[in-house]
Amino acid sequence: MLKRFFASAVLLLTAAAGVTRAASKLTVMTATQDLASLAREVGGDLVNADSIAMGYQDPHFVEPKPSFLLKLQKADLLVVVGLQLEIGWLPPLITQSRNARIQVGALGYLDMSQYCQILEIPTGQVTRAMGDVHPLGNPHYWLDPENGRRIAKELAAKFSEMQPANAAAFAQRFADFDKRLSIAEKGWEVRMAPYRGRKVVTYHRSWPNFCERFGLEVVDYVEPKPGIPPTPVHTLEVINTMKREGIKLILVEPYFDLRAPNKIAQDVGGQVAVLLPSVGGVKQVTDYFQLFDYDINLLVSLFEKAK
Amino acid sequence: MRIFMLAPAVAALFAAQLPAQDITELLNRMKAMEDRIKALEAEVQTLKAQPPGTVAAAAPVAAPALPAIPVEAAAQGPPPGAPLTLGGAGPAAAKVLNPDISVIGDFLGAAGNGANRGTSSLEMHESEVGFQEVIDPYARADFFISFGEHGVDLEEGYLTFTALPAGLQLKVGKMRAAFGRVNPLHNHVLPWTDRPLVNQDLVNGEDGIDDAGLSLSRILPAPKGIFLEGTAQLFRGDTDGVFQADKRSHVSTVEHLRLYRDLAESTNIDLGGSFARGNSPFGNGWNQLYGADATLRWKPLRRSIYHSFVARSELIWARTVLAPVRTAALSLSTPIITPFGFYVSGDYQFARRWFLGARFDRSQRGNCLPTNPPTTTSCNLSLGPLALLQDTGGSLLLTYWPSEFSQIRGQLRRTQYGEGLTANELLFQFQFSMGAHGAHPF
Repeated sequence: MLKRFFASAVLLLTAAAGVTRAASKLTVMTATQDLASLAREVGGDLVNADSIAMGYQDPHFVEPKPSFLLKLQKADLLVVVGLQLEIGWLPPLITQSRNARIQVGALGYLDMSQYCQILEIPTGQVTRAMGDVHPLGNPHYWLDPENGRRIAKELAAKFSEMQPANAAAFAQRFADFDKRLSIAEKGWEVRMAPYRGRKVVTYHRSWPNFCERFGLEVVDYVEPKPGIPPTPVHTLEVINTMKREGIKLILVEPYFDLRAPNKIAQDVGGQVAVLLPSVGGVKQVTDYFQLFDYDINLLVSLFEKAK
Repeated sequence: MRIFMLAPAVAALFAAQLPAQDITELLNRMKAMEDRIKALEAEVQTLKAQPPGTVAAAAPVAAPALPAIPVEAAAQGPPPGAPLTLGGAGPAAAKVLNPDISVIGDFLGAAGNGANRGTSSLEMHESEVGFQEVIDPYARADFFISFGEHGVDLEEGYLTFTALPAGLQLKVGKMRAAFGRVNPLHNHVLPWTDRPLVNQDLVNGEDGIDDAGLSLSRILPAPKGIFLEGTAQLFRGDTDGVFQADKRSHVSTVEHLRLYRDLAESTNIDLGGSFARGNSPFGNGWNQLYGADATLRWKPLRRSIYHSFVARSELIWARTVLAPVRTAALSLSTPIITPFGFYVSGDYQFARRWFLGARFDRSQRGNCLPTNPPTTTSCNLSLGPLALLQDTGGSLLLTYWPSEFSQIRGQLRRTQYGEGLTANELLFQFQFSMGAHGAHPF
């Protein structure tokens, strides 16, 4: 019987090598399309960047499909959002990837939350009675361009650490990205300036960084608690709040059901905006700049319409 | 400047006198603050040493002025004028080096006529405690301890080597064998309240092939887009009603080949072939199990939290050596039985919290051989040892998720057992989870 096991083991060992890696380029896998977009900005032709979660799917709930293992197996670097956003799907993929380079704590594992400004870090007791809370802070931090800049900077540093010969190129690409982002930021801020202080309701707590950066005030949420679907009682409370405060806009992520937001909007004479929390949320939004362009264009048009 | 910066440390010192404060923790905090102060002092000295104008040049990506922090965030954030703190609390702050600990409760109830394989009316069926953590740069460990109402069992406890060369992965410890689709699964991830008849009759039911041993697996070369994984496992060879190790050489082996492919973004197919062999507990020879399984999944990514469909089927054949019998010619012969069983099931998620499911089961089993749960009617010896009894069943299920962390399930089950008895039951289940239970493999 032992012979049988060893025969199987030898068979596994002697199977032709299935992993071929490009020596010149860094293979970067990211948890989300936002991080992949930033990796492409900084890495350019020197990296192959791909992501696991699509921009139009809820990043909390991703199926850890074996097809992702084929990609993770070849990765030199895995970049994650962190703050337990991926806790439900990424850990088994990392373990099963059989890739020592990207295990937690290895050189090729990069948790971007460690370098960004994190909001909504709970300070008191945290329990599941509060819903699906993130005890380490809100993970949707990439929706502040300043955090995008920090992510890009850390990516450039990590790429340089992994490929010192290309450090100057990565630094140059980051400087270029930083310059373009600064210009874009000014444009976004100018466009949003007239609407600073506007109150909005959002479906999920996806927007604290975005709203803080562009001066929107989130007054309530369609979800009664994070991860808990809307209830009739809470929906009524949201309607009353919106009527009382004169709020006309509900921001919804593309992966949530629109029935409850539409009902609320109908009752208050307001509008629902399907805002994109990620690159890839719609087909035409393919990079980090287009993400903010899309969201800000949509918001500005709705605010103008509501004048 | 220094006095101003030391103020928080002094405040912390006074706070240390408050009751219920952990002195060690405060000392650690003070040490961290002291280090931070030293770092800031060094930074100030560096900046002072630079000629005017070089500061801005050295920081081309200086953050633009951030907008005012809302009241709620301000209450949690640093005081005005304090340097911007980057990074969250970090995983290390939450758990230090303790393992992730979780508890999953599984409460089962049954009503109606259970015929000859009935379970308790009400039972705290299982409390699974999990401990999971990275051991070192080369391995991680996962322990799942199952507490029943009357006993404790190590369901799984194994070390996984994650940094082996050649894409290999080695697991060492006690683990559920990679035989088929259902055997490797813990109770709380099953789409039913029970296990299919074929598992109950041929693979030791809920306990399954769960033994101490080694597991070596590798992703094998395959055409693009196909995930092919081979697994070879060696176990001690003790599994109630399946394998029995009377001596050291009676180890058992399990081999599994898995083929997975994305058919489309929303649809994928998962095929598996399994083989297990060990010493038969019923006679002098092998008990061999052959399995084939197929799973088809559909989950539209844009609405993945609202709709999904999974179809599963698993077929298992056994070739079991029984105790020698004396033939009419008075010689001893070694009888072999070859029972076969399968199930087909489907689960459709029709709303964010609701799932509807159905399952059809059929399985043969050797007359008078044990099942899990046990068959309580006394066996009919007159049928002879080679006789095969056939069980057939069907179930309808409705599952509700109050949240990601709890689940309520009802299952209407009708089973016709080989002894000629029919069971009509309503099974219901409450499951709940506490703590950071890591996700299981797909």
